[in-house]
Amino acid sequence: MLAFKTKSLVKTSDMTVKKVSGSQAVILSILEEGVDTIFGYPGGAIMPIYDALYDFDQNVKHILTRHEQGAVHAAEGYAKVTGKVGVCFATSGPGASNLITGIADAMLDSVPMVCITGQVTSPLLGTDAFQEVDVVGISMPVTKWNYQITTPEEIPEAIAQAFYIAQTGRPGPVLLDITKDAQFGELEFKYEKCRKIRSYVPESPINPEKIKEAAELINQAKKPMILCGQGIIISQAEEELKDFAEKAGIPVAWTLLGLSAFPTEHPLNVGMLGMHGNYGPNLLTNEADLIIAIGMRFDDRVTGKVSSYGEKAKFIHFEIDPAEINKIIKADVAVLGDAKKALKQLIPLINKNNHNTWIGEFRKCDNIENEKVIHKDLFPSKPGLTMGEVVRIASEKTNHDAILVTDVGQQQMIASRYFKFKNSRSNVTSGGLGTMGFGLPASMGAQLGAPNRTVVAMIGDGGFQMTIQELGTIVQNKLPVKIIILNNHFLGMVRQWQQLFFEKRYSFTELQNPDFIMIAKGFGMDGHKVDKREDLESGIQKMMDHKGPYLLEVTIEKEDNVFPMVPTGASVSDVILEP
Amino acid sequence: MKKEFIITIYSENHIGLLTRITIVFTRRKINIESLTVSESAIPGIFKFTIVVKSTEEQTIKVVSQIEKQVDVLKAFYHTNEEMIYQEIALYKVSTETLYDSDQIEKMVRNSGARILEITREYTVIEKTGHKEETQQLFEQLNKYKVMQFIRSGRVALTRDPIERLSEFLKERDAFLEQLD
Ligand SMILES: Cc1ncc(C[n+]2csc(CCOP(=O)(O)OP(=O)(O)O)c2C)c(N)n1
Repeated sequence: MLAFKTKSLVKTSDMTVKKVSGSQAVILSILEEGVDTIFGYPGGAIMPIYDALYDFDQNVKHILTRHEQGAVHAAEGYAKVTGKVGVCFATSGPGASNLITGIADAMLDSVPMVCITGQVTSPLLGTDAFQEVDVVGISMPVTKWNYQITTPEEIPEAIAQAFYIAQTGRPGPVLLDITKDAQFGELEFKYEKCRKIRSYVPESPINPEKIKEAAELINQAKKPMILCGQGIIISQAEEELKDFAEKAGIPVAWTLLGLSAFPTEHPLNVGMLGMHGNYGPNLLTNEADLIIAIGMRFDDRVTGKVSSYGEKAKFIHFEIDPAEINKIIKADVAVLGDAKKALKQLIPLINKNNHNTWIGEFRKCDNIENEKVIHKDLFPSKPGLTMGEVVRIASEKTNHDAILVTDVGQQQMIASRYFKFKNSRSNVTSGGLGTMGFGLPASMGAQLGAPNRTVVAMIGDGGFQMTIQELGTIVQNKLPVKIIILNNHFLGMVRQWQQLFFEKRYSFTELQNPDFIMIAKGFGMDGHKVDKREDLESGIQKMMDHKGPYLLEVTIEKEDNVFPMVPTGASVSDVILEP
Repeated sequence: MKKEFIITIYSENHIGLLTRITIVFTRRKINIESLTVSESAIPGIFKFTIVVKSTEEQTIKVVSQIEKQVDVLKAFYHTNEEMIYQEIALYKVSTETLYDSDQIEKMVRNSGARILEITREYTVIEKTGHKEETQQLFEQLNKYKVMQFIRSGRVALTRDPIERLSEFLKERDAFLEQLD
């Protein structure tokens, strides 16, 4: 039951009608949707909503970030680990426009999110009023749906639709812009969850004919390969994926966002796809005779040169979003709908099989990659520390059971390659947009979403400084995030490209960094710095043993590079192992 | 190969949807040749008719991106041959030239155009047809100087005997029913 301290006592969940203000209706509606955490930042145009929120501190936690971009990435982190809708509040004008990068990030990575922005009072709309921006216009290309509310009566229904749209079908961000007069006005509050929208089909029913066609191709294939995307995680199809792969004996490769859906140590796991993925799955994409893509969208970072991608293969595409079918790769069989439901129907039609010789080819590639790249990354003999060894030890020290949050750049690729996972929903990263500054705020959202798990954030010295202010939020909310700054004193990934493709012309990629530990301490966070290999393991141990949040800075060899690499525009089978 | 396609969209009547739809084109740098929006035969449902020059492959992708928009009910694409379509053009000429020569009157009659309004100063002529036809009349009339000219976006019907939309809505309602 909700404690509600204003004059009219409101009980939700029964269908009785109560008179409330628009801003109270906003809070009551999101409570009806089961929201327990809001990330936000107040300001003039959203003050009535914040005032209403004041009475509900027992029912919902509000996390005051230090920047709206922090709020929106935190909501993404929360959504990625929980599968629930991330919720953000921001004021009009600059508050709203500060959300845009995070909304775009959520759009590309299919993150369920509802952002609520305050807007100037409706008579002022279109007058260039103080802090008026057309956020509905600005956010249109980067939201799944958005809507401006100008009367209080619209609030419950619009919020119900927003939550329904954000989390059904292919999830995505929704923005609701609420004018100040709509927040102040009164309405008779009655809440009904949205169950359908005439113009919106969240998922198609599975076509059994297509399942049959898919099963036939799979049963005939000699060199099949599964590409596992985030769709597996979103539809909670991890078990079905495992059953399918095991029954058919098919190797499983994953996209950056598919990471953690399939256990790292599973014998059928053959590693990551794409530009900095593993050698085998890239090279052998062009040897496979059947590619079974599940909940992935053939991003250009995965495919490399499309015209020679999977040259010898037929394609089966399991996908919930019809617009993804044939968008990049023509599917021989397209199975529209939810991955879990589709796999459930598929498994009985699949013959028990193994493809040991074919899997052996992956293992041969693994040996080559091990010798040329992995061993040197994980157990380097040169004096400078590598990102790889830090990731290896951090994964070991957390028993391969932590939630990994990464920022963007070299550290993201290295961590994704070497961190090990036992459980799904354990990898939080900015895949589609590649947003530097994502990591730190996302780690706080992840920690709030999974309070009992260890959250390890791996962040570059560049990206860390893009949202460094969120250290304040982490400390204020006592979130025990373990932050590792992999400091190579460079915008590492850009520098790597300059080294490889621009004749080492290091144009504006070197950083003179502050004393990160002193900064952390200034925020009230403990931390220390490691420069030498002999201090690394104990340093990471010390961080993990620490009760609260902790910042560990590790000095990395300046010109440490990420390999293998599929150079831009090259075919996946032209993956290179060394410069 | 690029050619003309007619994209027909049925949607809910929501503010901002036109922008969402045009963004699908502008983002891919596809120019909209013509655009008409109005309420369909079914109250509350709006119909967009958009003409683009593009490849069929690109058009298919654009149509599925449009259909992906939450407020869009359904989108189709057709070649010109598959549809019956018209545009309407209005021409304003000075009434004096009409009196000076019988040429204009002949042109109007021969091209199946009609005179909408005559005042002392000007006469407004209306013609419906394909763009080539309304353009041809423009060029003829312009020899006597057209004071103002306007051509509408395209309206188009399929050659199907039934309105697909009502069928579609029935199916959609049945489908959503069984979701519960
Ligand atoms: C907001 C934003 N700006 C620019 C880029 C381009 N970019 C990609 S990786 C990278 C370098 C990242 O450097 P750092 O954070 O130090 O991480 P490292 O690569 O060294 O691990 C840059 C600038 C980006 N991805 N995001």
